[in-house]
Amino acid sequence: MNNLNNIWQSYRAVISFALMGLVLLFVGLNQSWALVIGIINMSLISAIMALGVNIQWGYAGLFNVGIMGFAALGGVSVVLISQQPVTEALDAGGIKMLFALALGAATIAAGVLLNRRGVNKWLISLIVVIGYLFTRFYFSEASKLIEKVDPAITGYLGGFGLPVALSWVVGGLAAAGAAWWIGKITLSLRSDYLAIATLGISEIIIYVIKNEDWFVRGLKNVYGLQRPVPYEVDMQKSEWLQNIVAWIHRSELQMLSQSDQIDKLGDYIREASVVFVKLSYSGLFLVILVAFIVLSNLALNSPWGRKVRAIRDNEVAASAMGKNITRQHLQIFVIGSAIVGVAGALLVTYDGIFIPTAYQPLRFTFLIWVMVIVGGSGNNLGSVLGAFIMWFIWIQSGPIGLWVVEMLGNYIQEGNTSLEFIEDRVHYLRLIFMGSIMLLIMRFSPGGILPEKNKEL
Amino acid sequence: MTSDSIDIINAFALLTNFVILPALSYGSQLALGALAVTLVYSVLRFSNFAQGDSMAFGTMIVILLTGFMIGRGWTISGIPTALLVIPIAIVFTSMYLLTMDRLIYRHYRKIKAKSITIVMSSIGVMFVTGGIVRFVLGATAQKFEDGERFIFSVREFKAYTGLEQGIAFKTSQFLTITIAFLLVAFVFYFLQKTKTGKAMRAYSDNKELALLSGIDPDKMVQITWLLVAALTTIAGALYGLDKGFAPQQYHLLLLPIFASVIVGGIGSPIGAIAGAFLVAFSEILLTYAYKKFLIYLLPLSMHPSSLVQLIGTEYKYAISFVILVIVLLIKPTGLFKGKVIVDE
Repeated sequence: MNNLNNIWQSYRAVISFALMGLVLLFVGLNQSWALVIGIINMSLISAIMALGVNIQWGYAGLFNVGIMGFAALGGVSVVLISQQPVTEALDAGGIKMLFALALGAATIAAGVLLNRRGVNKWLISLIVVIGYLFTRFYFSEASKLIEKVDPAITGYLGGFGLPVALSWVVGGLAAAGAAWWIGKITLSLRSDYLAIATLGISEIIIYVIKNEDWFVRGLKNVYGLQRPVPYEVDMQKSEWLQNIVAWIHRSELQMLSQSDQIDKLGDYIREASVVFVKLSYSGLFLVILVAFIVLSNLALNSPWGRKVRAIRDNEVAASAMGKNITRQHLQIFVIGSAIVGVAGALLVTYDGIFIPTAYQPLRFTFLIWVMVIVGGSGNNLGSVLGAFIMWFIWIQSGPIGLWVVEMLGNYIQEGNTSLEFIEDRVHYLRLIFMGSIMLLIMRFSPGGILPEKNKEL
Repeated sequence: MTSDSIDIINAFALLTNFVILPALSYGSQLALGALAVTLVYSVLRFSNFAQGDSMAFGTMIVILLTGFMIGRGWTISGIPTALLVIPIAIVFTSMYLLTMDRLIYRHYRKIKAKSITIVMSSIGVMFVTGGIVRFVLGATAQKFEDGERFIFSVREFKAYTGLEQGIAFKTSQFLTITIAFLLVAFVFYFLQKTKTGKAMRAYSDNKELALLSGIDPDKMVQITWLLVAALTTIAGALYGLDKGFAPQQYHLLLLPIFASVIVGGIGSPIGAIAGAFLVAFSEILLTYAYKKFLIYLLPLSMHPSSLVQLIGTEYKYAISFVILVIVLLIKPTGLFKGKVIVDE
């Protein structure tokens, strides 16, 4: 027993990942490979997001409650960068909108500059208010013009029509910008102000995305986003895939008649094309995830990383050594949020559509936090493991919940109303379930599954 | 409205009906919530992210009990049944909050965890509580107000005063403002005059000194949660009577509540109340469409054609956020000096 415990202690990571792999293998053999690869892809994206959060929490103890907002900024940049521009809308209200936005920016800049010069506060307020009123006037005119252009299909300005890969970088930059602004205001203050401010900004980002139709179509969603990988239909036509599929299933196909053979082969090719496309995504996400992990580990072992760890382990001592803690925290907060932004962009790219209502705090902020805590806060590999475990539980908890209800239904009969009641609400149990996991892990195993090693220098 | 003369009385009546009364009652609801947050903050030293959902929990109990009472026909005509069941709902809510404290927060107090860890666990509690509420009542909006709807309605007001613009005074508004006033007065009396209240303040100012003078910390914590439960349930019930109940809306109330607390100075009860009214009035003043108001005040030639609304209603939560940011930039301690702004 003691022996087993020793093995577990020294090979925690290997054993945990192997177990996770086995579970996925089991699902693949019993259900479908396309499903498993789908789970893996979402886990990989979540892992990137969790990595960003882990950097903030594990390296600097920063509590980001606005993961959803930063992920949404990533999603918005996919639309803005990769969609084709809508020329009609640009002609109708593009210039006006640009003017309104410039006016708004000028108003803010004037306010800030005059404030620095020490001009009378009332005068500044007056200037800002008048600037705002004009901005709002032109802004609403412009957005009305833009939204009127073929609202069923476009009704927005569109994007720049650039390659989608660029949007991942831009998504990271956008999230970094927002994080810099929030961090600048709150990081020198109490630690929970950052939490409150991130919560606020993420809700507001979502409100803007949902309400400003001229921007990214609001609740009308954006469909058919550019894909970095080939389409399934094209794959089905490619000969090499057909040949490989035929070769894999040759023994089975030989037993069938000519027409059955073609039908069956068609089915297999369709499935193979889906698997292939999903696998290309997996490769892409894996490369990005590994790159981020390698980079962050390199950074942590550099002189910069030593400073980070020194501040994390003893702020007072590091501050006495002349390290600027606030600046350090700001850097880490920006880096972590940028990674979340990239992950948000990848997620929308993978989905192929941009749906503002999909941004729910439970799914984006909370689930990611549970991943970080379950995996082991401070440990990058832990976040990856946490992402796989929690995403798997998240995806399977729906069917499991329904199954439990069905089982209950076998015992409670005669069209019991309480059963219908539970069936109706079963998905809210997720909130309770996830919250309980988070609280239990925090309480009884604060290190998570893979606790971070050598906290000391 | 055909007259082109300037009509100050009607303009004022309009403003009272659509801005002042709603903002007063919304401000009172926020004030109770903010007071609860500030109490938890001063005694337990963490920002309670579960406040909005706890309010939903309290309201859920009120709704369930109201349904039960109405089903039995145990109502008093004219008075909202919800009002009668609030005391029982407070008992249930305090039981819930004390259980949560016993299961979760007490552990972190014992090991003297960083406040951010407790904040994180309060987010766990927030999701569990929100889940319970949605599981029991569903996520859809509902109303549970019964009894007399108005103290006086627009028609009665018009008939009485002969003004063109009427004012309606809803029962829920009247109840909100009165009850909030009484409750706040009670809390202040409790904190300033009673022995327990003084002990609580002493405990909040300096834990070590309080312990030395024989104050029982567990008792302080329990009393805090009892007060918080009362404030939370009443705030939630009044908000629900006024605007209807929807779990998501209660969850989002967290933003204006935090804004109120920080604007007033975190840890300062008076600040929380002042902050709440500031947030409520800015929210409603900025999202109100002034078209009709200006038509009363301006000569015909200057009548506005647009709605003259400064910010769309959909961004009302952004207002509390902007207030929050401005306060953090200019005066992070808040209007009434709150607690020290660095971590212990």
